[in-house]
Amino acid sequence: MRRESEVRIRCLGVLTAVMAVASLAPLPVAGQATPPAPDTWTPTRTPWGDPDLSGIWDFRTLTPLERPSELSGKEVLSDEDAAEYERETLRALDKDRRTSDGLTAEQDVRNAYNQFWWDYGTKLTEDKRTSLIVDPPDGRVPPLTPEAQKRADARTEALQRPAHGPEDRTVWERCILGLNTGPPMNPSVYNNNVHLFQIPGTVVILTEMAHDARIVLMDGRPHLPEDIRQWRGDSRGHWEGDTLVVDTTNFTGKTSFRGSGTEMHLVERFTRVGAETLLYEYTIDDPKSFERTWSAVIPMRRTEEPMFEYACHEGNYGMFNLLEGARVQERLAEESARTKSK
Amino acid sequence: MRNRFQGAAVAVALAAPLTVISLVSTPRGQPAQALQAPYQAPRTADGRPDLSGIWQALGTAHWDIEGHAARPGPVVALGALGAVPAGLGVVEGGEIPYQPWAATQKQKNLDNWLASDPAVKCFMPGVPRATYMPFPFQIVQTPEFVLMTYEFASATRVLYMDKPDFESPFDTWMGHSRGRWEGETLVVDVTSQVGDTWFDSSGNFHSDAVHVVERYTAMSPDALWYEAEIEDPNVFARPWKMSMPLYRRLDRNVQLLEFKCVEFVEELMYGHLRKQPNK
Repeated sequence: MRRESEVRIRCLGVLTAVMAVASLAPLPVAGQATPPAPDTWTPTRTPWGDPDLSGIWDFRTLTPLERPSELSGKEVLSDEDAAEYERETLRALDKDRRTSDGLTAEQDVRNAYNQFWWDYGTKLTEDKRTSLIVDPPDGRVPPLTPEAQKRADARTEALQRPAHGPEDRTVWERCILGLNTGPPMNPSVYNNNVHLFQIPGTVVILTEMAHDARIVLMDGRPHLPEDIRQWRGDSRGHWEGDTLVVDTTNFTGKTSFRGSGTEMHLVERFTRVGAETLLYEYTIDDPKSFERTWSAVIPMRRTEEPMFEYACHEGNYGMFNLLEGARVQERLAEESARTKSK
Repeated sequence: MRNRFQGAAVAVALAAPLTVISLVSTPRGQPAQALQAPYQAPRTADGRPDLSGIWQALGTAHWDIEGHAARPGPVVALGALGAVPAGLGVVEGGEIPYQPWAATQKQKNLDNWLASDPAVKCFMPGVPRATYMPFPFQIVQTPEFVLMTYEFASATRVLYMDKPDFESPFDTWMGHSRGRWEGETLVVDVTSQVGDTWFDSSGNFHSDAVHVVERYTAMSPDALWYEAEIEDPNVFARPWKMSMPLYRRLDRNVQLLEFKCVEFVEELMYGHLRKQPNK
């Protein structure tokens, strides 16, 4: 499968990049336990005077979006606990791990997509946070409104039964958006890379997955008319000091990020805090879907490794197989029902 | 802007002799402006011709890059709106020099157009087809990288401007692009394309050995002259070239919009695998 072979080569590239990145600047992050070391880095600027954020950034991390329940009340881990957490997480995720009591056939087949393909990083965020969400303080996505909960339940129901059609599956299985593309971007299992381009009046956010270029217009024009909706929304940007602020609306609602709807108002902030580090923060304001606003902070590291084409739809044999499998399951169930009634 | 006026002055000075030459020797399809060359685009901060902007081809190359009369379309219900308009063609010399087997294959592709054309399925169109799909594309030009992002299928490619020795480790749908400047012209060497893309909706095709050299030259503030030289020893008897103008989109508030066509082809591709009613 083409997609897999590209991921595989990408993985090799990224491993090299990890080894090359020796030390990272400390991050001034909301909710951080220890104060950051003084930052002596002077922001570089584009020839027209904007802070220079351009280049390829890697946002892999083991820190989950939401704080795991067993770490409830613990925003940050000690160095020792962090090392233990990283070790345990990597062990639990390891698809090549073999238990002494053996695997069921189903587990074994599931592990065929083995460790070689995954690329979720090996470390927590530099400040050892236990969740990428910094607000609300419990590090969890706020409760959904009844309306949003109804949508979420319908989606879960569709995902748990044999799919009736492609619309029952996620946008990333359908190859409409990548699984870490958002907006907002969030670290996921592989291809956690984004290339930022800057020219006067325009910034482009190009995510590796799935070759999605989000064009951020910086010329002060208003958002698209309300009736023009887009999977990745409509983005406008401006500078607040040295921070790039990107304001995105006009979502379809079909993208549904953690339960968001058509009225999601997303504000993303990109601040370069060192030669090697870009701080990416976002706030989701969608009162029709969430009981309150919520925010996450994700550090991104500069990489010299190139991004490659993530052709998803062109090789989406998964969708054929998944739907065909669903129809086979139905046929078998019918046959079995017929046999019983005889 | 200053450069543009300088360019205009030079153009006036040279106009008389060049007009004579262009009347005599302009090849079919190449505008006289291409020979009068001296237009200079405004410069980027690093002193290169600034080609950034939203561009689009006009004409019928996306239907058929060779010259063709108007013909009916394959979808009866679309009537006049689905018919193929005539075009003079964009292939220099008029005809693509196919090897004999490949000419037969091209005809087969045309006969089975809807079933075989990869763009029908919303696959990324490859280079050069992405350039003249009937959709805008945007050039975002920086010194190290030039991004070309296409409205059709959200296809994108990044040109490496400072890595002439960087080979792609594998083939991709949009290929591997290395760019360089030759005076006013952005030259792009496109390699490592899969053999699955076509040139148009008339079955014109290539193999995975295809090598494309593109040339983008500003003709005026609002037009680029585009050339693509095609070499593919598996399919063609010799290299050949297509060329056409690309126009700047001047619409009020123009911006690249989304055309994520995957959603629009799901019924076509997966419809036969849907759950049927009463089952």
